[in-house]
Amino acid sequence: MSDTKKTAEPGEAVIPRQAAAEGDAAERDVLLRVEGLTKHFPIKKGILQRQVGAVKAVDGIDFEVRKGETLGVVGESGCGKSTMGRVITRLQDPTGGSITFEGQDITRLRTGQMRPLRRDIQMIFQDPYGSLNPRHTIGSIVSAPFRLQGVEPEGGVKKEVQRLLELVGLSPEHFNRYPHEFSGGQRQRIGIARALALKPKLVVADEPVSALDVSIQAQVVNLLDDLQQELGLTYVIIAHDLSVVRHVSDRIAVMYLGKIVELADREALYKAPMHPYTKALMSAVPIPDPKRRGQKSERILLRGDVPSPISPPTGCRFHTRCWKATEICKTTEPQLVELIPGQRVACHHPENFADQAPQDTVLLSAAKEAIELVPDAVLEESAEQTATAAPEEPEPAATTEPAPEAKTETPAKTEAETPAKTEAETPAETETPATAEANSPSPEAASVEAPAPGEEPPAK
Amino acid sequence: MTELSKTGVATGEPVAAGKTPEAFLDVRDLKVHFPTDDGLVKSVDGLTFSLDKGKTLAIVGESGSGKSVTSLAIMGLHRLGSRGKNVRMSGEIWLNGKELVNADPDEVRRLRGREMAMIFQDPLSAMHPYYKVGDQIVEAYRTHHKVSRKVARARAVEMLDRVGIPEPGKRVDSYPHEFSGGMRQRAMIAMSLVNNPELLIADEPTTALDVTVQAQILDLIRDLQKEFGSAVVMITHDLGVVAEIADDVLVMYGGRCVERGRADEVFETPQHPYTWGLLGSMPRIDRETSERLIPVKGQPPSLINVPSGCAFHPRCPYADIPKENVTRTVRPELQQVEGGHWSACHLSAEDRTRIWTEEIAPKL
Repeated sequence: MSDTKKTAEPGEAVIPRQAAAEGDAAERDVLLRVEGLTKHFPIKKGILQRQVGAVKAVDGIDFEVRKGETLGVVGESGCGKSTMGRVITRLQDPTGGSITFEGQDITRLRTGQMRPLRRDIQMIFQDPYGSLNPRHTIGSIVSAPFRLQGVEPEGGVKKEVQRLLELVGLSPEHFNRYPHEFSGGQRQRIGIARALALKPKLVVADEPVSALDVSIQAQVVNLLDDLQQELGLTYVIIAHDLSVVRHVSDRIAVMYLGKIVELADREALYKAPMHPYTKALMSAVPIPDPKRRGQKSERILLRGDVPSPISPPTGCRFHTRCWKATEICKTTEPQLVELIPGQRVACHHPENFADQAPQDTVLLSAAKEAIELVPDAVLEESAEQTATAAPEEPEPAATTEPAPEAKTETPAKTEAETPAKTEAETPAETETPATAEANSPSPEAASVEAPAPGEEPPAK
Repeated sequence: MTELSKTGVATGEPVAAGKTPEAFLDVRDLKVHFPTDDGLVKSVDGLTFSLDKGKTLAIVGESGSGKSVTSLAIMGLHRLGSRGKNVRMSGEIWLNGKELVNADPDEVRRLRGREMAMIFQDPLSAMHPYYKVGDQIVEAYRTHHKVSRKVARARAVEMLDRVGIPEPGKRVDSYPHEFSGGMRQRAMIAMSLVNNPELLIADEPTTALDVTVQAQILDLIRDLQKEFGSAVVMITHDLGVVAEIADDVLVMYGGRCVERGRADEVFETPQHPYTWGLLGSMPRIDRETSERLIPVKGQPPSLINVPSGCAFHPRCPYADIPKENVTRTVRPELQQVEGGHWSACHLSAEDRTRIWTEEIAPKL
């Protein structure tokens, strides 16, 4: 893990904003640093409650949050992004790794030791219905932080709470009302007011707008934006909606199965994503423009579901669903390295950049089945980008290789939807037993949609 | 007789009651009201639309705008059991020449599942946790077909295969909890399509799913629609999904239709301030990020005390623009913009065009 960090370190100073800053200054700029963070939930069985395995929700992630920025974290459900949020706020204890907040190691602090720090680290929760006690008034909910921390704000608690309510766009008269009298958007504002009561330095927001209607969602997004500018807050915003994350974040971390696969500035990430997963994820977002419909060429459709975090695939965790996967992806785990300044990616065959393992040309059989539709255009474009990014590369064969493989499939599919599909799927299934035996640690490699062994209970 | 545009949106206002319509699905002045202790909840208050076979209509709106109530009304699910006492329905729903609102519940039951089927938002609560997935599909098939268990089971396996579930022969004996979210949604689609229904109503079919799975499911619905030629009513709040799949769009607010038309018309030249608000409050992944979103201020209206006049007026930034010959307390009726594009707004056509092209569109 420390390797990754070291390679990443010099690059940080090159990021425009900090161009002038020395490494030391950059270090001072970091509010929260996370290194090799893991969180495993044990699975216990039998009367002795022996541990038989673990759900590796977060499995070794490194990142840092700089003062005043917004770090967005995206990923599919089950990728560990919420667990990550709860661990960095120490609502759950990490299994390993370290969390440093303002230069202080908070990884192993006890509850009592953590308490003074709670002023600086606050959380906004997803569900505005579950996160407010229905038997308390708004006044008592928003003043709870003052009570618990023994803080006496200037002008008294009530006045301060009313100021906070106004700050988030509620009326001070709401002081004596109960949560059920408010709509979802208003409740979320109450949660935000509570989180801001003690003027925290870091606010971790777990899906702050996903439970809200679109029109209300925009109100809350704008509110978070205003508050950041007014109070100089630092946010970690966890969300599954890529459009929202893009709107609010300065930098974005993409998570897959407990790992960060790409971490980059917003513009770089959305303009030229380097990890195939990022690319697939972004291409799947429906665009509100009917004229673009039918332009399937832009879409990469991943098949199947995320593998189980109980027994994640070997090597690169994405190789079971990746159309570029080769042998090395199955055996060697790619490290998160800074390939271009400000953009860290963990991939052997990144998009928009020179191939990291061009000698490895053997395409995994799984890769052919991994996606439903990668049209020629996308593959050619992807190969081209890789080629132009690395003109001196002797043989960019590894990336051009997948193209013809998939090409044979695609036209057939557009002509005759059904037969092509069955053809494409049958070999994958017939292959499953053989490959699974030969390669027991990752049977998912053979058939993407086949469930992981841990997921398949006997249906008797 | 209702005049039809090329896309299947009825261009005329409701025709004389009782006449059989030409369109496959024709809803006329549908009202669904629920009497409660607090007052009468007017969930749907005069909704008219029609849909042809092979077409997709998307109904868009915020929570509480009456979109789901509309779909349940078409399926005849409001009048089941004890719930039937607490609902007041009026208007007409014509499906393939048969009227459903005043029809005998037994008759509707024979249609339900066979001619019209529904995909629900949350497949975990829509499927019975106690029965195997296959058995539930078999039940749906045998209700409408006099076939043996074996034949029905073969049909269930075939359908699971068709919706892309791997090893359907094995998975047919799984329980719903053994499936992942995406697979469960696929199984539910298999269940609703087992009888080749001609009308498929999908109520937020992808809201609970990840984007990658959402893309799979939307593709699946589109492919199946092409194959079976069914009419699809897609209920959603995600304009991205609408643009992806819909031929026609109907925007609902406060239980009424405020705008409807072809999808490209509604996205290109939206006519209602609420539609502008929806478009403005969506962060877009395909555009340069604008500094701020343009939210719709305020809260959705209570369906018990719907604001007088235009239900949207308390939230409308253009409500104060002077309008000729308009009383503010009068509710605006749907007016034809052009072709099959209708909108219910007091603003004059010139004002709307000016506001959209000068104020709204550049900011999106």
